Order: sequence, then structure tokens, then C-alpha cells
Amino acid sequence: MKAPVSWIREYVDLPADVTTEQLAARLTALGLKLEAIEAPGDQITGPLVVGRVLTREPEPQKNGKTINWCTVDVGAANGTGEPQGIVCGAHNFDVGDLVVVVLPGGVLPGGFAISARKTYGHVSAGMICSAAELGISTEHDGIIVLPADAGEPGADAFDVLGLHDDVIEFEINPDRAYALSLRGIARDAALGFGAAFTDPADLGGRALPAANADGYPVDVQDAEGCPLFVARLVEGFDPTAATPDWMAQRLVQAGMRPISLAVDVTNYVMLEIGRPIHGYDADRLTGTLGVRRATAGERLTTLDGAVRTLAHGDLVVTDDSGIIGLGGVMGGADTEITDATTRVLIEAAHWDAVSMFRTGKRHKISSEAGKRNERGVDPTVTEAAADRVVELLTTHGGGTAAPGVTVVGSAPAQPTIDMASDLPERITGMSVPRETTLAHLRAVGCIVDEARAEVATLLTVTPPPWRPDLTDPHDLVEEVARVVGYDQVPSVLPRPGAGRGLTREQRLRRRAGRTLAGAGLVEVISFPFVGDAVLDQLGLPADDPRRHTVRLANPISSEEPGYTTTLLPGLLRAAARNLGRGAPGVALFETGTVAFPADRGPAPIHGVDRRPTDEELAQLYAAIPVQPLHLGVVLAGERERAGWWGSGRDSAWSDALAVVRRLGAELGLAVETRAAVRAPWHPGRCAEVLVGGRPVGHAGELHPKVCAAFDLPRRSAAVEIDLDVVLAEARDVVPGPSFSSYPLAKEDVALVVDDAVTVAAVEDALRSGAGELLESIRLFDVYTGEQVGSGRRSLAFALRFRAPDRTLTEPETSAARDAAVAAAVERCGAVQR
Amino acid sequence: MSGPNTDYDPVEVSTLKPDEVDAARDAALAAIGAAADLDALKQVRIDHTGDRSPLALANREIGALPPQARKEAGQRVGQARGAVGKALAARQVVLEAEHEERMLAEETVDVTLPTDRVPAGARHPVTTGSELIADIFVAMGWEVAEGPVIEAEWLNFDALNLGPDHPARTMQDTFWTDPADNGVVLRTHTSPVQARTMLTRTPPIYVVCPGRVFRTDEYDATHSPVFHQVEGLAIDEGITMAHLKGTLDHFATAMFGEGIVTRFRPSFFPFTEPSAEVDLVCFVCRGTALNADGTDVCRTCRGEGWIEWGGCGVVNPRVLRACGVDSDRYTGFAFGMGIDRTLMFRHGIEDLRDLFEGDVRFTTAFGSEL
Repeated sequence: MKAPVSWIREYVDLPADVTTEQLAARLTALGLKLEAIEAPGDQITGPLVVGRVLTREPEPQKNGKTINWCTVDVGAANGTGEPQGIVCGAHNFDVGDLVVVVLPGGVLPGGFAISARKTYGHVSAGMICSAAELGISTEHDGIIVLPADAGEPGADAFDVLGLHDDVIEFEINPDRAYALSLRGIARDAALGFGAAFTDPADLGGRALPAANADGYPVDVQDAEGCPLFVARLVEGFDPTAATPDWMAQRLVQAGMRPISLAVDVTNYVMLEIGRPIHGYDADRLTGTLGVRRATAGERLTTLDGAVRTLAHGDLVVTDDSGIIGLGGVMGGADTEITDATTRVLIEAAHWDAVSMFRTGKRHKISSEAGKRNERGVDPTVTEAAADRVVELLTTHGGGTAAPGVTVVGSAPAQPTIDMASDLPERITGMSVPRETTLAHLRAVGCIVDEARAEVATLLTVTPPPWRPDLTDPHDLVEEVARVVGYDQVPSVLPRPGAGRGLTREQRLRRRAGRTLAGAGLVEVISFPFVGDAVLDQLGLPADDPRRHTVRLANPISSEEPGYTTTLLPGLLRAAARNLGRGAPGVALFETGTVAFPADRGPAPIHGVDRRPTDEELAQLYAAIPVQPLHLGVVLAGERERAGWWGSGRDSAWSDALAVVRRLGAELGLAVETRAAVRAPWHPGRCAEVLVGGRPVGHAGELHPKVCAAFDLPRRSAAVEIDLDVVLAEARDVVPGPSFSSYPLAKEDVALVVDDAVTVAAVEDALRSGAGELLESIRLFDVYTGEQVGSGRRSLAFALRFRAPDRTLTEPETSAARDAAVAAAVERCGAVQR
Repeated sequence: MSGPNTDYDPVEVSTLKPDEVDAARDAALAAIGAAADLDALKQVRIDHTGDRSPLALANREIGALPPQARKEAGQRVGQARGAVGKALAARQVVLEAEHEERMLAEETVDVTLPTDRVPAGARHPVTTGSELIADIFVAMGWEVAEGPVIEAEWLNFDALNLGPDHPARTMQDTFWTDPADNGVVLRTHTSPVQARTMLTRTPPIYVVCPGRVFRTDEYDATHSPVFHQVEGLAIDEGITMAHLKGTLDHFATAMFGEGIVTRFRPSFFPFTEPSAEVDLVCFVCRGTALNADGTDVCRTCRGEGWIEWGGCGVVNPRVLRACGVDSDRYTGFAFGMGIDRTLMFRHGIEDLRDLFEGDVRFTTAFGSEL
């Protein structure tokens, strides 16, 4: 909402020395937030004066342009009283016109200093200005030609152009709809400075014409949707009458475009008093105006040219021809005022705010009228607003007010609010004595029940009619608090009891993140949106559950309408981005939520007057998608750098598994792996990862096609695991280990097995055969070649034995080793080398 | 070892002549002094103290002397051998020290060689920033609450006094799941976590809720459809706006340093009443509105001296009722601000998109963040 300061001052007796900044700051402190100040004259230094064109000689130039050599009467402003010679390139003026002249010594916006200079064979002593040159408009349609009565030559043009009039733009919150009018802004300005307020809706104290039976016939069939409908008629209106300059200027300052007098007046009164007005061409109306709810499927062409298919519940205005407008939101095209309208029917109506909101939202109409009507307008100014429109139309458009005055319905009564008188103090923590509460509530326009106020602790408060947002005691607390001043709220730390600290999962998540960073991985955060294309790139089969995403009704991109089921798309893209930007290698991780549809139907919308029952809540929770926390990792390109120590090493399938095992080790978890086939991994180089016997995800080398699809080097590796499950398995309390300090006995064995036999199987067999004396087992070499034959490989294990209570003898150690080997021979078909 | 030379005439043992012994001793000492390294000294030891060395031979001859001569000869030879042994030991120490010094010198490396075989990793600043915020509150006795990002519409809106026809519902451009009447949205704020907390716990409640939120914003230097928010909720007996102010002042100071406090301006949020916008003292100009070089206007706060940080207020009793909290007995406050925005302030990050591009050069810079 843009408010010219001069317009605010018209209704508030503000001290003259209050600056625009002070006014804006005070209103911001009261809840009308300063968005911007437009100070059009700030960039201009005078002399900037009114001039009258005395002569204008067009002089064609060699470059094809024609310039005008002018003499301009600037009165005594140039110190001599002689006409000023000025070259002007514009042509939209004539001898005798009043124009705006900046004289030598003046500075225009952009630091453009004006001096007398030789140009086109003349000394041009100043400049005739356009609106663009003065920075008050971006329009380039020639110089400003002032109205004939704008002022005498030599008069200061700052005032004539309103350049001293700053405009404050406020960001108005939805609860302060009253401030979408100068009336409301001025009221708060008066409150803020303790100044006298003149209510523009009082119309200077004149009496409003009484309702009578001679007015335009109106039949309101839905009094709930439209409690009050006022209609007035202006006849003999001159459609060619111009909007007065002062009104046009205020509309422009307020951000609206002047259109025609009839339209401009309705807009002006809406800005002034806050009540949206609709004007009809009375000659295009047929019979009685009606107000009713639309039935679904009815159609209307609104004045913006759009054909709207109406829904049940839309409030419409009708005449005998049918629907002629969306009441309170937008008028119809067939009855709008045109440049030939001589009979203007003025509609000022009070509409149900919720209906306004629904209709505006349903038809995606955001109009100035709708914005006000859906937030709540003061119903008590409806007749005054209509009368003000009549006044302005007749004054400036030459018409006469028809004697008929239609008033159907009445302004709804304001509900009262009971509030404990000490509530402001209890809620704000400020010292707010009872008298202060009473005074401030009254200052914002509330009526406080005197009889009860003086005796009871409970105040009965009637909010003013322009404050439909005040419904609860806490709303009144805010009113009191903003007048006392939010800057008066003291700063006191609350003292909660002992907290429980971070939860186990929160601590474990931190640990996991630190572990991964410690392993050289960089954390990323990706957008969680996917579409078929990227899931195709991952090579997911058609029936893969990861293709069944939670779909968004209004995604950012229709290409990616799903909430992701896997972290890999974001990670693979980020990896490719890094490599594309020149990184020799990249190791990334992300922990993030993925989602799988619950497929349990819609989530119910419960009431809010009480807590839902546990059963109702269970229903609610069950309808929400399943959202596990995943960990994703991608490793691409150089994993170890080349350097003076030797060559580098690219990421491989084993690096992905190493990350998982490292994480397991840090969380005290045994990680098992087994071969698996799953997209997007290489079918021969993918491991299913198990923790505590539960499958938690996969790790390994990415499928070559996936690497190619994402522009990643071959052999890039990835991990995706369900971190929730992993963290749930983590140990809470580590049992202290007991270990022996007797000497260690080492035995190495080399076993030849078929390729199909896994290291894990051989290790298991060795472990089981070796018995309790085995302390550790570790594969230290794998050999393939002629000596072991094709399709077979030799696995070399280091076995370490130790007893808890004695030094092992050579025969004991040998026996344990032999037993281990025997088990491997029996279970894995191993042959000792 | 050979035994004493009993074949010689005991009176005529030339090797035991005093000048012979002295000469042997002096020769040994000279050789020791001349030994340039440990190998040379080893040879000197063999030559002058070995079995065939003059002093060893002389020593062996002593036994052949008549008893009256043995003492004197024994003393002479013993002193000579002692002097040689001592010199050898001393020389050994010197040469060993020289050897070690030389060896260490030869092993000198260029300590400026790079050692970055495996590049360093780093956690994301949003992660570490969220943890920092959590820690500030946990230190005050608060707890950290979390909830799902895809959320029931009722919890995201209705329970928070944002009814279906509330104008504020259009202020937040919401991602709806398909179909749009499904009752499920991508949460537009972390407030549903507050609702869940109130629905499951009884006061006193002091929780802070950091997390990812979604709005259908354009993606540019200061907006993103995916961003992060932290909200706080305190429900207790006697909670006032003063406690809200105290908590936010402490939070601001902990995040931005001493002297950075907050300011309240009246505002509107359906879930709080009274509501306030909370501004921070500009941490760059510290409220002076001037640049570091004394020129106006501070580029960070555009000369206002304050920076918008977030929203807050006293929990609307309607919210308490919908979430099963006794609104007669308890009052509460709530606040919320963008984590990304807070981090942009704290670290001078100029483009929000840096947080979501995944460029390791950005994230690695935050690797040292606590």
C-alpha cells in the first residue's frame, strides 16, 4: 500500500517537523511495516520553475532531426526577467503552454548538471523537462505540459509537480486490512503521534441522504454473503470529463493508473476510505439487481475479458439478463462503464470475507477490491463511501445525484470480547497497568464497557468496526502492546529444568557425518525432486518400487514431479558438476529424507476446537508417506591423488564398501556384504549391505551405462543405505573388552579355492575350525595364475592365536591351525598350498 | 688366546721396557686420534688392543717376570692399556655422534612437500550450523525435536490456526502432493514439529526444531524452493514475550557475537498472537548504519542498522487448544528463522544457491566449522 505523505497529513494534524522517515518509523513500530520511501524530488536541485513558451522555431538539422529554438518566460526566476532561450528536442507543445524548466545551476537525477551551453548554433540556457528526466515517470512521450492554471511563470515547479511529496510504501499484514486505506494509515499515524485525526468517512460532517424507496431496485437473496448493499445513481454524467490533476496524481502516487473519471473516482474512494466500489453503466442494466450464490457451471465474462465458469458458492450480482458480476471481486464486461456512459450506478456493498477469499482463490483473481473485501472492510462506511463517489462524480463529471437511495440490509454488529484486565501484562511481560490497557484499547477505537471496567477484572471490549481481525483476547493484547511499544518488552531468559540433551539418534547422526567427512567425503544437499528421466538414467526396472514416488500436484518442473526415493540422482549430478568444473576426483555424501507413498488415502482434516483423539491422530500419521533417512555416497575419479609419492588411484567398487565398513566400525556395528544385482550398480560389482543381519542397502561400482548417462567416469562407485536402520542397530553401551597379554602365535595359511567360493565363506570356515584360541583372522593376499589353475584362486590368511591364561605351545597352535584348514577343506573344498 | 711366554728369558723381555711400553701407548693414542670414522677406529682397536697388539703382548709377558719386577711392569702396562682404552671410548663417543649427525643430515627431507594423498572431506555448513544452533539451545536445557518433511496438511496448517480459508494460507506457496485434496503437503515450515511435540508431550516444553522446508519460491540468489528453518517453542506456566525476547537475544549473541541483540516489530502470524518480526542489530555496522570506512550507507543493512531475521510471538491459544495444551494454565512463545539466511549473514555467503550446488570448493571451506 502506497500512501503519499501529503494525503496522510490531510487527515492527521501532524507536527510540521515530522519527517517522512520519522513517520514511517513510527508506523512501522505500530505494525505498518515500511517497505520503501519514494522521494521523487530528492534527486533534483533547483532552480526548477514553471515557464511559459513565448516562441518556438522549428529548425531542421543535418542529422535529420528537427529541434525547436524556444524563448520561455520564467518570470524573475532567471534574475533578469528576460525570456530564456532554450533548445528543445520535443514537439508535443505549443506557444503559450506552461512547461517545466530547469535553469542553469540545477541538477537533475543521475547528477546531470545543467548549464548554459552552445548547441545547434544557439546558447541553450536551461532545459524544458520531461517526466522521465525528472525521474517521476519512465514514460518518454515528450516534455511535461502543465495545466493552464498550474502556476505563474517563475513559480517553483517542485510544488506544482508534487516533487516535495514523499510516498511511503507499506507492507500491510493480513490482519491490518484497515491500513489498506489512507483512512486507516492516517488513524495509526494520529495514534503514533498523539495527533488529532479527521475521519475522511465523516465526509466533513455532512449528513448522508436517508434510504428511500426510490432507489434502484435491489434484491439480496443471500444476506449472509452480502449483509449490506447500497446503490446510488448519478445521471447526466459527462463521460468526457477529465479526472482532476490532483486526483490523477494521487492515484499515480498510490500505484494505480488513471483511466477515466468514473473509474478513477471509485478507485480514489477505495484508497481514501477503504471501501471497494463498483460502478455500472445503468443503461446497460436490465431490471432489478440481485445478489445470490452461483450454481456450478454458470458462466460470466469478467471485465478483464476472461470467461469464468462459476462454482457453487461464488457470490454473484445479477440483473434480469443474468449474472453481471462476481460480487466484491470483479465486475462483468457487459455492464462496465464505458467512454459513453452517462448514467452511473454505484454499488457499495459489504461482502462476506470468506466467500471473497474462496472466489478469488478459485478463479485466481487478485484485484484491489478483492484484496480488501477478503480481509475485511469496515461495514459502517458503506453508505458514506457511496455518497463520496456521488459527490466526486457530480463535482467533476457534471452529473446530478438521483434522489433515490437504495440501502438493503445493515452493517453486521461487532461481537464483543471478554478479556482479563491483566492479560496484557501477563502475556507481554511488560508493566501494563490497568489504566494503560483501558487507554490504549480506547485509543485504537475499542469500546470498553465502563460499568464492568471499573469494577471487574474482566473487561468487555467491543472492537471498532474497521477491525474485524480483533476476535480473541490475545488480539487485544497485541493492540495494547503495540501502543505501549514492542521496544518496551524486557529481555528475560526462561529457566527450563534439566533437559535430556540430544537424543541417541541425533548423536549418532553427528557421529556418522563426522566419520564420513573424516574419510575424505564432502557433504552435499540436493533438491529431492525426481522424474522419470532421471530414474531411467539410473536404469531402474519398470517395476522397481523406487519408481513409485510421492507425486506433487504443483512441482517446480513438470519433468520432476516426484519426491525422490533415492539420494543417488542428486549425488551423481553433483559429482558430475564437480568433475565438469575441473575437480580430478570427487567423494560426496548426503544424508537426507526419501519418501515412499503410504497409499492409505487422503490424510483427514480434523477440527481445531479440541485435540484430535489418539485414533484420529493415528489415522493422520498413517496417511503420511514413509520417510526413511538415507545415506548416499558417490565416489568418482581420483580417490587418491598422484604425487611425489607415486601414482594416484581412481575410485573403485572397494572404496564404496570401505566407506560402509568404516561407518560400521565407527558405530560399533559388524557389516556384512553379499553379492547382489540391483540398479544402478554393476551387476557383478554390487554388494548388499547387512547390519545385524538386516539388509540396509547397497554399495559397489556403478553400471557403466549409468556412469555414461550421468557423465561420470567408468568405475565410479556409490552407496545408498537406510541410515535409520543402521543407527537403530548401533550399540548404546560398549561392553569393555577383556584381552590377554600372553604372547601371540602367528600362523599363515594359503588355501586354493574355486572362484565362486567367497572370501567371507572361507574366513567363516577357518574361524569356526580354529576354535577359541583364534584371536584374529585377516586375508592378506589373493593370487591367481598358472600355479593354482584357471577358475581358482589362492587366498592367504594370517591367523593369530592367543590364550587368555597361558603361553601357547607350538603343538597347540599347530593343532588349531590344522583344525581351521580342515574346516575350510571340508566346507569350501579348499586345498592347502 | 695364547698363554704367558715362558720361553723367554724373564730379564730380557724387550717389550716390557719402559720406553717400549710408552712408545706402544703413544702410537695407540696417536692412531686413535687419527681415526676419522668408526670403521677406522675399529681397525685401531684391533691394531692396538687386539691380541697381537704390542700392549697385549706386553701384558702377556708380565707373568714371566720375576715377582719383584711384576708389580712395576704391571703398573706400567696397566696404565698404558687404561689410557688407550679410555681414549678409545672417548673417540668412539665422538665418532658415533659425528656419524649420527651426518646420517641425520643425509636423511633431511623437504618438509614443504605436499601430503594430500587423500583429500579432506567436510560436512555441509547447514549441517554444522544446525548443530551449532541446537547446541546453543541444548545448553539452556532445551531439546531438539524433529518430524517428517512430507506432512499432514492438518499439522502444517489447521492445527496452527491456519484454517482452509485463512488468508495467510496463500502467503506460503505450498507444494501439495497429488491429488491436491490429499491432505498431505511438503511442510512449509517446521511448525508441524511443534504441533507434534505438543500433541505428544505435556508441558513444560522447550524444544528447538531445525529442518528442511519447502515453498514454491523461485530459485535465485536469495530464494530457494528448498531451504532450512529453525523454530523454537516454549510452553510453560508464566511464559511471556519477555522470555521470548531474552531467548532470542541470547541466540543472536551466541550466533553473531557480543552486542548483537534483537528488536521486535508488530507483525502477523496466525500461530502467534501477539506476533512480532524480529530484527538483528546489523552485525557488520553494529547498528551505526556506516561502512567500515566510515561512509554511509552500510551495504549489509542498507543503512537501517537492523536486519530482518525471522518471526516470533506468543503462541495463539487456539493452537494450544487444537494441540491439547491447557491454554488457561500454560502460555508459550514460538519463533522461527531461516538457517540458510542466518548462515549467509554469519559467513558472508552472497549466493544462496552455493548451498545447494554441491561444489566441494564451497563445502570444504567449512570443514573447520565447529
